[in-house]
Amino acid sequence: MTEFIDFISNNLQMIYIVILMIFVGVEIIGHVPAVLHTPLMSGANAIHGVVIIGAILVMLGAEPDNILALSLGFVAVLLGTLNVVGGFVVTDRMLEMFKKKK
Amino acid sequence: MEYVFSLEFIYLIASVTYILGLKMLGHPETARRGNLIAAAGMTIAIIGTIFLYQGEVSSTIYILIGLAILIGTIVGWMIAKKVGMTKMPELVSLFNGMGGASAALIGLIEFHHYVGDQLSILTIIASMIIGSVSFSGSMIAWAKLNGTLNKPIRLPKYNILNNVFLIGILGFGTYMVISGTDSSLYLYLLFFAALAYGILFVLPIGGADMPVVISLLNSFTGLAAAFGGFLYGNMVMLTGGILVGSAGTILTLAMCKAMNRPLSNVIFGAFGEGSSAAATGSGGKTGGSVREASASDVAILMNYSNKVIIVPGYGLAVAQAQHIIHELEQLLESKGIDVKYAIHPVAGRMPGHMNVLLAETNVDYDKLVEMEDVNPEFKSTDVVFVVGANDVVNPAAHNDPSSPIYGMPILDVENAKNIIINKRSMKPGYAGIENELFYNQKTSMLFGDAKAALTKLVSELKNM
Repeated sequence: MTEFIDFISNNLQMIYIVILMIFVGVEIIGHVPAVLHTPLMSGANAIHGVVIIGAILVMLGAEPDNILALSLGFVAVLLGTLNVVGGFVVTDRMLEMFKKKK
Repeated sequence: MEYVFSLEFIYLIASVTYILGLKMLGHPETARRGNLIAAAGMTIAIIGTIFLYQGEVSSTIYILIGLAILIGTIVGWMIAKKVGMTKMPELVSLFNGMGGASAALIGLIEFHHYVGDQLSILTIIASMIIGSVSFSGSMIAWAKLNGTLNKPIRLPKYNILNNVFLIGILGFGTYMVISGTDSSLYLYLLFFAALAYGILFVLPIGGADMPVVISLLNSFTGLAAAFGGFLYGNMVMLTGGILVGSAGTILTLAMCKAMNRPLSNVIFGAFGEGSSAAATGSGGKTGGSVREASASDVAILMNYSNKVIIVPGYGLAVAQAQHIIHELEQLLESKGIDVKYAIHPVAGRMPGHMNVLLAETNVDYDKLVEMEDVNPEFKSTDVVFVVGANDVVNPAAHNDPSSPIYGMPILDVENAKNIIINKRSMKPGYAGIENELFYNQKTSMLFGDAKAALTKLVSELKNM
Protein backbone atom coordinates (compact mmCIF):
# COMPACT_ATOMS: atom_id res chain seq x y z
CA MET A 1 0.00 0.00 0.00
CA THR A 2 2.78 2.44 0.89
CA GLU A 3 4.41 1.57 -2.42
CA PHE A 4 1.25 2.54 -4.20
CA ILE A 5 1.03 5.86 -2.37
CA ASP A 6 4.70 6.50 -3.09
CA PHE A 7 4.08 5.80 -6.74
CA ILE A 8 1.20 8.28 -6.82
CA SER A 9 3.08 11.06 -5.06
CA ASN A 10 6.27 10.51 -7.06
CA ASN A 11 4.45 10.71 -10.38
CA LEU A 12 1.68 13.11 -9.52
CA GLN A 13 2.38 15.43 -12.43
CA MET A 14 2.28 12.66 -15.01
CA ILE A 15 -0.86 11.17 -13.52
CA TYR A 16 -2.54 14.55 -13.83
CA ILE A 17 -1.51 14.75 -17.46
CA VAL A 18 -2.74 11.24 -18.23
CA ILE A 19 -6.15 11.87 -16.70
CA LEU A 20 -6.63 15.27 -18.30
CA MET A 21 -5.44 14.05 -21.71
CA ILE A 22 -7.92 11.16 -21.62
CA PHE A 23 -10.74 13.66 -21.20
CA VAL A 24 -9.34 16.00 -23.84
CA GLY A 25 -9.14 13.12 -26.34
CA VAL A 26 -12.71 12.05 -25.63
CA GLU A 27 -14.05 15.59 -25.91
CA ILE A 28 -12.23 16.33 -29.15
CA ILE A 29 -13.65 13.31 -30.95
CA GLY A 30 -17.14 13.67 -29.55
CA HIS A 31 -18.37 16.18 -32.12
CA VAL A 32 -16.65 15.15 -35.32
CA PRO A 33 -18.83 14.49 -38.37
CA ALA A 34 -18.44 11.01 -39.88
CA VAL A 35 -17.13 12.69 -43.04
CA LEU A 36 -13.91 13.48 -41.28
CA HIS A 37 -13.38 10.17 -39.48
CA THR A 38 -10.83 8.86 -41.95
CA PRO A 39 -8.67 12.01 -42.01
CA LEU A 40 -8.96 12.22 -38.24
CA MET A 41 -7.82 8.65 -37.77
CA SER A 42 -4.97 9.31 -40.16
CA GLY A 43 -4.03 12.50 -38.30
CA ALA A 44 -4.10 10.70 -34.95
CA ASN A 45 -2.00 8.00 -36.55
CA ALA A 46 0.64 10.58 -37.46
CA ILE A 47 0.60 12.04 -33.94
CA HIS A 48 1.41 8.74 -32.24
CA GLY A 49 4.51 8.83 -34.39
CA VAL A 50 5.76 10.90 -31.45
CA VAL A 51 7.23 7.57 -30.39
CA ILE A 52 10.13 8.65 -32.64
CA ILE A 53 11.23 10.95 -29.81
CA GLY A 54 11.79 7.84 -27.71
CA ALA A 55 13.73 6.21 -30.53
CA ILE A 56 15.94 9.29 -30.86
CA LEU A 57 16.54 9.32 -27.09
CA VAL A 58 17.59 5.66 -27.29
CA MET A 59 20.10 6.49 -29.99
CA LEU A 60 21.45 9.56 -28.18
CA GLY A 61 21.90 7.56 -24.99
CA ALA A 62 23.42 4.47 -26.60
CA GLU A 63 27.06 3.52 -26.07
CA PRO A 64 28.88 4.11 -29.39
CA ASP A 65 30.23 0.53 -29.37
CA ASN A 66 26.90 -1.19 -28.71
CA ILE A 67 26.21 -2.29 -32.27
CA LEU A 68 22.98 -4.12 -31.45
CA ALA A 69 21.44 -1.13 -29.69
CA LEU A 70 22.60 1.22 -32.43
CA SER A 71 21.21 -0.86 -35.26
CA LEU A 72 17.88 -1.52 -33.52
CA GLY A 73 17.71 2.19 -32.64
CA PHE A 74 18.46 3.12 -36.23
CA VAL A 75 15.56 0.97 -37.42
CA ALA A 76 13.33 2.41 -34.68
CA VAL A 77 14.09 6.00 -35.75
CA LEU A 78 13.53 5.08 -39.40
CA LEU A 79 10.17 3.41 -38.72
CA GLY A 80 9.11 6.28 -36.46
CA THR A 81 9.94 8.75 -39.23
CA LEU A 82 7.89 6.71 -41.68
CA ASN A 83 4.97 6.89 -39.26
CA VAL A 84 5.27 10.65 -38.78
CA VAL A 85 6.02 11.75 -42.35
CA GLY A 86 3.74 9.24 -44.06
CA GLY A 87 0.95 9.94 -41.60
CA PHE A 88 0.96 13.71 -41.98
CA VAL A 89 1.42 13.67 -45.77
CA VAL A 90 -1.43 11.19 -46.30
CA THR A 91 -3.71 13.22 -44.04
CA ASP A 92 -2.83 16.37 -45.94
CA ARG A 93 -3.54 14.66 -49.25
CA MET A 94 -6.96 13.57 -48.05
CA LEU A 95 -7.82 17.01 -46.74
CA GLU A 96 -6.56 18.78 -49.83
CA MET A 97 -9.66 17.40 -51.51
CA PHE A 98 -12.03 18.97 -49.03
CA LYS A 99 -11.35 22.48 -50.23
CA LYS A 100 -14.58 24.43 -50.54
CA LYS A 101 -15.67 25.01 -54.08
CA LYS A 102 -18.35 27.45 -54.92
CA MET B 1 19.20 24.23 -16.70
CA GLU B 2 18.50 26.77 -19.39
CA TYR B 3 18.66 24.12 -22.11
CA VAL B 4 16.42 21.72 -20.27
CA PHE B 5 13.95 24.48 -19.77
CA SER B 6 13.83 25.40 -23.46
CA LEU B 7 13.36 21.75 -24.48
CA GLU B 8 10.50 21.41 -22.01
CA PHE B 9 9.07 24.60 -23.45
CA ILE B 10 9.23 23.16 -26.97
CA TYR B 11 7.50 20.01 -25.76
CA LEU B 12 4.79 22.14 -24.20
CA ILE B 13 4.18 23.92 -27.49
CA ALA B 14 4.21 20.63 -29.38
CA SER B 15 1.64 19.12 -27.00
CA VAL B 16 -0.63 22.10 -27.55
CA THR B 17 -0.30 21.72 -31.32
CA TYR B 18 -1.46 18.08 -31.08
CA ILE B 19 -4.57 19.02 -29.14
CA LEU B 20 -5.26 21.98 -31.39
CA GLY B 21 -4.52 19.95 -34.51
CA LEU B 22 -6.87 17.12 -33.57
CA LYS B 23 -9.54 19.63 -32.61
CA MET B 24 -9.22 21.43 -35.95
CA LEU B 25 -9.29 18.12 -37.81
CA GLY B 26 -12.87 17.84 -36.61
CA HIS B 27 -14.15 20.69 -38.80
CA PRO B 28 -14.03 20.69 -42.59
CA GLU B 29 -12.87 24.31 -42.88
CA THR B 30 -9.99 24.03 -40.44
CA ALA B 31 -9.00 20.39 -40.90
CA ARG B 32 -6.10 20.90 -43.25
CA ARG B 33 -4.57 23.68 -41.19
CA GLY B 34 -5.00 21.53 -38.09
CA ASN B 35 -2.98 18.75 -39.65
CA LEU B 36 -0.21 21.15 -40.64
CA ILE B 37 -0.10 22.66 -37.15
CA ALA B 38 0.31 19.21 -35.57
CA ALA B 39 3.00 18.39 -38.13
CA ALA B 40 4.85 21.60 -37.28
CA GLY B 41 4.64 20.72 -33.58
CA MET B 42 6.07 17.29 -34.30
CA THR B 43 8.92 18.79 -36.30
CA ILE B 44 10.03 21.18 -33.56
CA ALA B 45 9.75 18.39 -30.97
CA ILE B 46 12.03 16.15 -33.06
CA ILE B 47 14.56 18.90 -33.81
CA GLY B 48 14.55 20.05 -30.20
CA THR B 49 15.14 16.53 -28.92
CA ILE B 50 18.18 16.12 -31.13
CA PHE B 51 19.83 19.49 -30.68
CA LEU B 52 19.02 20.28 -27.06
CA TYR B 53 20.12 16.88 -25.74
CA GLN B 54 22.16 17.03 -22.54
CA GLY B 55 25.23 14.84 -22.67
CA GLU B 56 28.13 13.67 -24.76
CA VAL B 57 27.08 12.11 -28.03
CA SER B 58 29.50 10.90 -30.68
CA SER B 59 29.16 12.31 -34.16
CA THR B 60 28.61 8.81 -35.55
CA ILE B 61 25.36 8.63 -33.62
CA TYR B 62 24.24 12.01 -34.93
CA ILE B 63 25.00 10.87 -38.48
CA LEU B 64 23.05 7.64 -37.94
CA ILE B 65 20.03 9.53 -36.59
CA GLY B 66 20.16 11.99 -39.48
CA LEU B 67 20.44 9.17 -41.98
CA ALA B 68 17.48 7.26 -40.48
CA ILE B 69 15.32 10.39 -40.52
CA LEU B 70 16.39 11.22 -44.07
CA ILE B 71 15.57 7.75 -45.41
CA GLY B 72 12.31 7.61 -43.46
CA THR B 73 11.25 11.01 -44.75
CA ILE B 74 11.96 10.24 -48.40
CA VAL B 75 10.37 6.78 -48.34
CA GLY B 76 7.37 7.88 -46.24
CA TRP B 77 6.79 10.89 -48.45
CA MET B 78 6.96 8.86 -51.64
CA ILE B 79 4.62 6.12 -50.43
CA ALA B 80 2.13 8.67 -49.11
CA LYS B 81 2.15 10.66 -52.35
CA LYS B 82 2.03 7.76 -54.77
CA VAL B 83 -0.69 5.54 -53.38
CA GLY B 84 -4.21 5.98 -54.78
CA MET B 85 -7.06 7.30 -52.66
CA THR B 86 -8.88 3.97 -52.73
CA LYS B 87 -5.90 2.48 -50.87
CA MET B 88 -6.01 4.92 -47.94
CA PRO B 89 -7.13 2.46 -45.26
CA GLU B 90 -4.23 0.13 -46.08
CA LEU B 91 -1.82 3.00 -45.86
CA VAL B 92 -3.02 4.16 -42.45
CA SER B 93 -2.64 0.57 -41.27
CA LEU B 94 0.89 0.34 -42.67
CA PHE B 95 2.08 3.56 -41.03
CA ASN B 96 0.40 2.57 -37.79
CA GLY B 97 2.38 -0.67 -37.83
CA MET B 98 5.63 1.28 -38.26
CA GLY B 99 4.92 3.28 -35.11
CA GLY B 100 4.13 0.10 -33.19
CA ALA B 101 7.34 -1.53 -34.35
CA SER B 102 9.31 1.53 -33.31
CA ALA B 103 7.84 1.33 -29.79
CA ALA B 104 8.60 -2.40 -29.59
CA LEU B 105 12.24 -1.86 -30.63
CA ILE B 106 12.69 0.85 -28.01
CA GLY B 107 11.53 -1.68 -25.42
CA LEU B 108 13.97 -4.30 -26.69
CA ILE B 109 16.92 -1.91 -26.40
CA GLU B 110 16.05 -0.23 -23.13
CA PHE B 111 15.20 -3.37 -21.16
CA HIS B 112 18.77 -4.04 -20.06
CA HIS B 113 19.39 -0.45 -19.02
CA TYR B 114 16.62 -0.53 -16.46
CA VAL B 115 16.92 -4.01 -14.89
CA GLY B 116 16.23 -3.68 -11.17
CA ASP B 117 13.94 -0.68 -11.56
CA GLN B 118 10.58 -2.39 -11.37
CA LEU B 119 8.41 0.52 -12.45
CA SER B 120 10.55 1.25 -15.50
CA ILE B 121 10.64 -2.42 -16.47
CA LEU B 122 6.85 -2.49 -16.20
CA THR B 123 6.48 0.42 -18.64
CA ILE B 124 9.09 -1.07 -20.98
CA ILE B 125 7.38 -4.45 -21.06
CA ALA B 126 3.93 -2.92 -21.49
CA SER B 127 5.14 -0.67 -24.29
CA MET B 128 6.88 -3.58 -26.00
CA ILE B 129 3.90 -5.92 -25.83
CA ILE B 130 1.45 -3.29 -27.08
CA GLY B 131 3.82 -2.07 -29.80
CA SER B 132 4.48 -5.61 -31.08
CA VAL B 133 0.79 -6.53 -31.15
CA SER B 134 0.04 -3.27 -32.94
CA PHE B 135 2.80 -3.91 -35.48
CA SER B 136 1.99 -7.50 -36.45
CA GLY B 137 -1.76 -6.85 -36.22
CA SER B 138 -1.47 -3.85 -38.52
CA MET B 139 0.51 -5.86 -41.03
CA ILE B 140 -2.21 -8.51 -41.13
CA ALA B 141 -4.88 -5.80 -41.46
CA TRP B 142 -2.86 -4.30 -44.28
CA ALA B 143 -2.60 -7.64 -46.07
CA LYS B 144 -6.31 -8.22 -45.62
CA LEU B 145 -7.31 -4.86 -47.08
CA ASN B 146 -4.80 -5.37 -49.82
CA GLY B 147 -6.60 -8.52 -50.83
CA THR B 148 -3.59 -10.72 -50.12
CA LEU B 149 -5.43 -12.31 -47.23
CA ASN B 150 -9.10 -11.92 -47.90
CA LYS B 151 -10.65 -14.84 -46.05
CA PRO B 152 -10.89 -14.85 -42.29
CA ILE B 153 -8.64 -17.66 -41.09
CA ARG B 154 -9.79 -19.38 -37.94
CA LEU B 155 -7.97 -21.98 -35.98
CA PRO B 156 -10.30 -24.33 -34.15
CA LYS B 157 -11.54 -22.76 -30.91
CA TYR B 158 -9.63 -19.60 -31.83
CA ASN B 159 -11.36 -17.44 -29.23
CA ILE B 160 -10.33 -19.61 -26.32
CA LEU B 161 -6.90 -20.16 -27.85
CA ASN B 162 -6.32 -16.43 -28.31
CA ASN B 163 -7.47 -15.56 -24.82
CA VAL B 164 -5.33 -18.25 -23.23
CA PHE B 165 -2.39 -17.03 -25.28
CA LEU B 166 -2.99 -13.43 -24.21
CA ILE B 167 -3.25 -14.40 -20.56
CA GLY B 168 -0.03 -16.36 -21.00
CA ILE B 169 1.75 -13.32 -22.41
CA LEU B 170 0.48 -11.02 -19.67
CA GLY B 171 1.37 -13.59 -17.02
CA PHE B 172 4.87 -14.01 -18.40
CA GLY B 173 5.30 -10.23 -18.63
CA THR B 174 4.21 -9.84 -15.02
CA TYR B 175 6.63 -12.56 -13.99
CA MET B 176 9.45 -10.72 -15.76
CA VAL B 177 8.60 -7.49 -13.95
CA ILE B 178 8.31 -9.08 -10.51
CA SER B 179 11.30 -11.40 -10.74
CA GLY B 180 13.55 -8.61 -12.02
CA THR B 181 15.16 -10.97 -14.51
CA ASP B 182 17.74 -9.70 -17.00
CA SER B 183 17.42 -12.65 -19.37
CA SER B 184 17.63 -11.73 -23.05
CA LEU B 185 16.06 -15.06 -23.87
CA TYR B 186 12.93 -14.19 -21.88
CA LEU B 187 12.82 -10.74 -23.43
CA TYR B 188 12.91 -12.03 -27.00
CA LEU B 189 10.52 -14.84 -26.16
CA LEU B 190 8.03 -12.25 -24.94
CA PHE B 191 8.65 -10.09 -28.00
CA PHE B 192 7.95 -12.92 -30.45
CA ALA B 193 4.98 -14.15 -28.44
CA ALA B 194 3.46 -10.65 -28.62
CA LEU B 195 4.09 -10.55 -32.38
CA ALA B 196 2.37 -13.91 -32.75
CA TYR B 197 -0.56 -12.70 -30.67
CA GLY B 198 -1.04 -9.69 -32.96
CA ILE B 199 -1.32 -12.08 -35.90
CA LEU B 200 -3.71 -14.42 -34.11
CA PHE B 201 -5.76 -11.44 -32.93
CA VAL B 202 -6.44 -10.00 -36.38
CA LEU B 203 -6.49 -13.16 -38.53
CA PRO B 204 -9.99 -14.37 -37.57
CA ILE B 205 -11.57 -10.93 -38.09
CA GLY B 206 -13.33 -10.38 -41.40
CA GLY B 207 -12.12 -7.84 -43.96
CA ALA B 208 -15.24 -5.69 -43.50
CA ASP B 209 -14.24 -5.04 -39.90
CA MET B 210 -10.67 -4.00 -40.66
CA PRO B 211 -11.34 -0.25 -40.23
CA VAL B 212 -12.44 -0.89 -36.67
CA VAL B 213 -9.37 -3.04 -36.08
CA ILE B 214 -7.05 -0.41 -37.53
CA SER B 215 -8.62 2.26 -35.39
CA LEU B 216 -8.20 0.05 -32.34
CA LEU B 217 -4.56 -0.72 -33.15
CA ASN B 218 -4.08 3.00 -33.76
CA SER B 219 -5.05 3.73 -30.17
CA PHE B 220 -2.82 0.82 -29.03
CA THR B 221 0.18 2.45 -30.65
CA GLY B 222 -0.76 5.68 -28.91
CA LEU B 223 -0.67 3.83 -25.60
CA ALA B 224 2.70 2.30 -26.42
CA ALA B 225 4.07 5.78 -27.12
CA ALA B 226 2.60 7.01 -23.85
CA PHE B 227 4.34 4.24 -21.90
CA GLY B 228 7.56 5.38 -23.55
CA GLY B 229 6.80 8.88 -22.34
CA PHE B 230 6.33 7.56 -18.82
CA LEU B 231 9.65 5.75 -18.99
CA TYR B 232 11.65 8.81 -20.02
CA GLY B 233 9.51 11.33 -18.14
CA ASN B 234 9.03 12.80 -21.60
CA MET B 235 5.98 15.02 -21.64
CA VAL B 236 5.45 15.28 -25.36
CA MET B 237 5.40 11.49 -25.80
CA LEU B 238 3.04 11.20 -22.86
CA THR B 239 0.58 13.83 -24.06
CA GLY B 240 0.67 12.75 -27.71
CA GLY B 241 0.35 9.08 -26.84
CA ILE B 242 -2.48 9.40 -24.34
CA LEU B 243 -4.31 11.83 -26.62
CA VAL B 244 -4.23 9.36 -29.50
CA GLY B 245 -5.01 6.48 -27.17
CA SER B 246 -8.18 8.07 -25.88
CA ALA B 247 -9.25 9.77 -29.12
CA GLY B 248 -8.60 6.51 -31.00
CA THR B 249 -10.72 4.53 -28.56
CA ILE B 250 -13.64 6.92 -28.96
CA LEU B 251 -13.26 6.82 -32.74
CA THR B 252 -13.28 3.01 -32.63
CA LEU B 253 -16.47 3.03 -30.60
CA ALA B 254 -18.02 5.57 -32.99
CA MET B 255 -17.28 3.23 -35.89
CA CYS B 256 -18.80 0.27 -34.08
CA LYS B 257 -21.85 2.38 -33.33
CA ALA B 258 -22.23 3.22 -37.02
CA MET B 259 -22.36 -0.51 -37.71
CA ASN B 260 -24.48 -1.15 -34.64
CA ARG B 261 -22.18 -3.85 -33.37
CA PRO B 262 -20.49 -3.95 -29.99
CA LEU B 263 -16.71 -3.98 -30.14
CA SER B 264 -16.57 -7.41 -28.52
CA ASN B 265 -18.65 -8.70 -31.41
CA VAL B 266 -16.11 -7.38 -33.91
CA ILE B 267 -13.16 -8.86 -32.07
CA PHE B 268 -14.65 -12.19 -31.14
CA GLY B 269 -16.42 -12.19 -34.49
CA ALA B 270 -19.84 -13.75 -34.77
CA PHE B 271 -19.95 -12.10 -38.17
CA GLY B 272 -18.49 -14.68 -40.53
CA GLU B 273 -20.31 -17.68 -39.12
CA GLY B 274 -23.60 -15.84 -38.66
CA SER B 275 -23.61 -14.46 -42.17
CA SER B 276 -23.16 -17.75 -43.97
CA ALA B 277 -26.03 -19.20 -41.98
CA ALA B 278 -28.19 -16.18 -42.68
CA ALA B 279 -27.29 -16.16 -46.35
CA THR B 280 -28.59 -19.67 -46.78
CA GLY B 281 -31.41 -19.16 -44.28
CA SER B 282 -32.92 -16.19 -46.05
CA GLY B 283 -32.32 -17.66 -49.49
CA GLY B 284 -35.92 -18.71 -49.95
CA LYS B 285 -37.30 -15.30 -49.10
CA THR B 286 -35.12 -13.43 -51.54
CA GLY B 287 -35.49 -15.78 -54.46
CA GLY B 288 -37.92 -13.53 -56.35
CA SER B 289 -37.43 -12.21 -59.83
CA VAL B 290 -35.05 -9.43 -60.69
CA ARG B 291 -35.91 -6.66 -63.11
CA GLU B 292 -33.13 -5.54 -65.39
CA ALA B 293 -32.90 -2.07 -66.92
CA SER B 294 -30.79 -0.77 -69.78
CA ALA B 295 -28.81 2.44 -69.66
CA SER B 296 -31.39 4.20 -71.84
CA ASP B 297 -34.25 3.11 -69.54
CA VAL B 298 -32.41 4.65 -66.63
CA ALA B 299 -31.57 7.79 -68.61
CA ILE B 300 -35.24 8.35 -69.46
CA LEU B 301 -36.30 7.76 -65.88
CA MET B 302 -33.76 10.24 -64.56
CA ASN B 303 -34.48 12.79 -67.25
CA TYR B 304 -38.08 13.10 -66.13
CA SER B 305 -37.51 13.17 -62.40
CA ASN B 306 -37.21 16.13 -60.05
CA LYS B 307 -35.00 14.67 -57.41
CA VAL B 308 -32.25 12.07 -57.65
CA ILE B 309 -30.18 10.72 -54.77
CA ILE B 310 -26.98 8.85 -55.50
CA VAL B 311 -25.80 6.21 -53.01
CA PRO B 312 -22.12 5.56 -53.68
CA GLY B 313 -20.31 2.50 -52.32
CA TYR B 314 -16.91 0.94 -52.50
CA GLY B 315 -17.74 -0.61 -55.88
CA LEU B 316 -17.74 2.90 -57.29
CA ALA B 317 -14.22 3.47 -56.05
CA VAL B 318 -12.94 0.12 -57.26
CA ALA B 319 -14.26 0.84 -60.77
CA GLN B 320 -12.64 4.32 -60.58
CA ALA B 321 -16.04 5.74 -61.49
CA GLN B 322 -15.99 8.74 -59.14
CA HIS B 323 -15.25 11.18 -61.98
CA ILE B 324 -17.99 9.96 -64.25
CA ILE B 325 -20.53 10.04 -61.43
CA HIS B 326 -19.63 13.68 -60.85
CA GLU B 327 -20.25 14.27 -64.55
CA LEU B 328 -23.65 12.57 -64.25
CA GLU B 329 -24.48 14.78 -61.29
CA GLN B 330 -23.56 17.97 -63.16
CA LEU B 331 -25.49 16.88 -66.23
CA LEU B 332 -28.62 16.22 -64.19
CA GLU B 333 -28.21 19.52 -62.36
CA SER B 334 -28.00 21.35 -65.68
CA LYS B 335 -31.39 19.85 -66.50
CA GLY B 336 -32.77 21.38 -63.30
CA ILE B 337 -32.85 18.12 -61.36
CA ASP B 338 -31.99 18.18 -57.67
CA VAL B 339 -29.06 15.79 -57.08
CA LYS B 340 -27.55 14.72 -53.76
CA TYR B 341 -25.23 12.02 -52.51
CA ALA B 342 -26.34 9.92 -49.56
CA ILE B 343 -23.32 8.94 -47.51
CA HIS B 344 -23.58 6.05 -45.09
CA PRO B 345 -21.18 6.38 -42.14
CA VAL B 346 -19.33 3.22 -43.15
CA ALA B 347 -19.57 3.60 -46.93
CA GLY B 348 -16.33 2.54 -48.53
CA ARG B 349 -13.83 0.76 -46.39
CA MET B 350 -13.61 3.32 -43.63
CA PRO B 351 -15.87 5.96 -42.14
CA GLY B 352 -15.58 9.04 -44.31
CA HIS B 353 -13.71 7.15 -47.01
CA MET B 354 -16.42 7.83 -49.59
CA ASN B 355 -16.35 11.55 -48.88
CA VAL B 356 -12.62 11.60 -49.47
CA LEU B 357 -13.04 9.83 -52.79
CA LEU B 358 -15.81 12.12 -53.99
CA ALA B 359 -14.10 15.25 -52.77
CA GLU B 360 -11.14 14.18 -54.91
CA THR B 361 -13.30 14.65 -58.00
CA ASN B 362 -14.45 18.12 -56.93
CA VAL B 363 -17.93 17.12 -55.82
CA ASP B 364 -19.35 20.00 -53.80
CA TYR B 365 -19.03 19.31 -50.09
CA ASP B 366 -22.64 20.48 -49.50
CA LYS B 367 -23.98 17.79 -51.81
CA LEU B 368 -22.70 15.01 -49.56
CA VAL B 369 -25.51 14.36 -47.11
CA GLU B 370 -25.10 12.14 -44.08
CA MET B 371 -27.43 9.30 -43.27
CA GLU B 372 -29.60 10.90 -40.56
CA ASP B 373 -30.19 13.97 -42.72
CA VAL B 374 -30.94 12.16 -45.94
CA ASN B 375 -33.16 9.36 -44.68
CA PRO B 376 -36.33 11.50 -44.36
CA GLU B 377 -35.74 12.74 -47.91
CA PHE B 378 -36.07 9.41 -49.68
CA LYS B 379 -39.89 9.59 -49.52
CA SER B 380 -39.88 12.60 -51.84
CA THR B 381 -37.18 11.22 -54.11
CA ASP B 382 -37.99 10.07 -57.63
CA VAL B 383 -34.90 8.00 -58.30
CA VAL B 384 -32.36 6.52 -55.95
CA PHE B 385 -29.25 5.43 -57.80
CA VAL B 386 -27.19 2.90 -55.85
CA VAL B 387 -23.70 2.50 -57.29
CA GLY B 388 -21.50 -0.25 -55.91
CA ALA B 389 -23.11 -0.21 -52.46
CA ASN B 390 -24.92 -3.17 -50.98
CA ASP B 391 -24.91 -3.86 -47.25
CA VAL B 392 -25.60 -0.23 -46.32
CA VAL B 393 -28.95 -0.33 -48.19
CA ASN B 394 -29.96 -3.85 -47.15
CA PRO B 395 -33.44 -3.75 -45.57
CA ALA B 396 -32.61 -6.96 -43.71
CA ALA B 397 -31.02 -4.62 -41.16
CA HIS B 398 -34.55 -3.45 -40.33
CA ASN B 399 -36.69 -6.53 -40.69
CA ASP B 400 -34.66 -9.73 -40.45
CA PRO B 401 -33.59 -10.44 -36.87
CA SER B 402 -31.60 -13.48 -38.04
CA SER B 403 -29.41 -11.34 -40.28
CA PRO B 404 -25.93 -10.53 -38.98
CA ILE B 405 -26.44 -6.88 -39.90
CA TYR B 406 -29.81 -6.70 -38.11
CA GLY B 407 -30.03 -3.41 -36.25
CA MET B 408 -27.35 -1.65 -38.29
CA PRO B 409 -28.61 1.79 -39.33
CA ILE B 410 -29.06 1.84 -43.11
CA LEU B 411 -30.07 4.24 -45.84
CA ASP B 412 -33.82 3.81 -46.30
CA VAL B 413 -33.69 3.78 -50.09
CA GLU B 414 -36.77 1.55 -50.29
CA ASN B 415 -38.91 4.61 -49.50
CA ALA B 416 -38.03 6.23 -52.83
CA LYS B 417 -40.31 5.97 -55.86
CA ASN B 418 -37.75 4.21 -58.05
CA ILE B 419 -34.59 2.36 -57.15
CA ILE B 420 -31.82 1.77 -59.66
CA ILE B 421 -29.00 -0.48 -58.54
CA ASN B 422 -25.77 -0.69 -60.46
CA LYS B 423 -23.82 -3.87 -59.73
CA ARG B 424 -21.53 -6.10 -61.68
CA SER B 425 -23.52 -9.22 -60.83
CA MET B 426 -25.94 -10.59 -58.27
CA LYS B 427 -23.08 -11.47 -55.96
CA PRO B 428 -23.68 -10.55 -52.31
CA GLY B 429 -21.75 -7.63 -50.81
CA TYR B 430 -18.66 -7.52 -48.66
CA ALA B 431 -20.43 -8.99 -45.66
CA GLY B 432 -21.62 -11.90 -47.78
CA ILE B 433 -25.34 -11.37 -47.16
CA GLU B 434 -28.20 -11.59 -49.65
CA ASN B 435 -30.06 -8.35 -50.28
CA GLU B 436 -33.84 -8.48 -50.72
CA LEU B 437 -33.80 -4.93 -52.04
CA PHE B 438 -32.77 -6.35 -55.42
CA TYR B 439 -36.10 -8.19 -55.61
CA ASN B 440 -38.18 -5.17 -54.61
CA GLN B 441 -40.87 -4.22 -57.17
CA LYS B 442 -39.54 -0.67 -57.36
CA THR B 443 -36.03 -1.87 -58.11
CA SER B 444 -34.35 -2.12 -61.50
CA MET B 445 -30.88 -3.55 -61.86
CA LEU B 446 -28.38 -1.85 -64.14
CA PHE B 447 -25.76 -4.56 -64.51
CA GLY B 448 -22.20 -3.85 -65.49
CA ASP B 449 -18.95 -2.30 -64.31
CA ALA B 450 -19.77 1.03 -62.67
CA LYS B 451 -17.53 3.06 -64.94
CA ALA B 452 -18.78 1.49 -68.19
CA ALA B 453 -22.43 1.63 -67.14
CA LEU B 454 -22.18 5.25 -66.02
CA THR B 455 -20.36 6.34 -69.16
CA LYS B 456 -23.16 4.86 -71.23
CA LEU B 457 -25.78 6.46 -69.02
CA VAL B 458 -24.16 9.88 -69.33
CA SER B 459 -23.97 9.67 -73.12
CA GLU B 460 -27.62 8.58 -73.29
CA LEU B 461 -28.59 11.54 -71.12
CA LYS B 462 -26.59 13.94 -73.26
CA ASN B 463 -28.60 12.89 -76.29
CA MET B 464 -31.91 13.78 -74.67
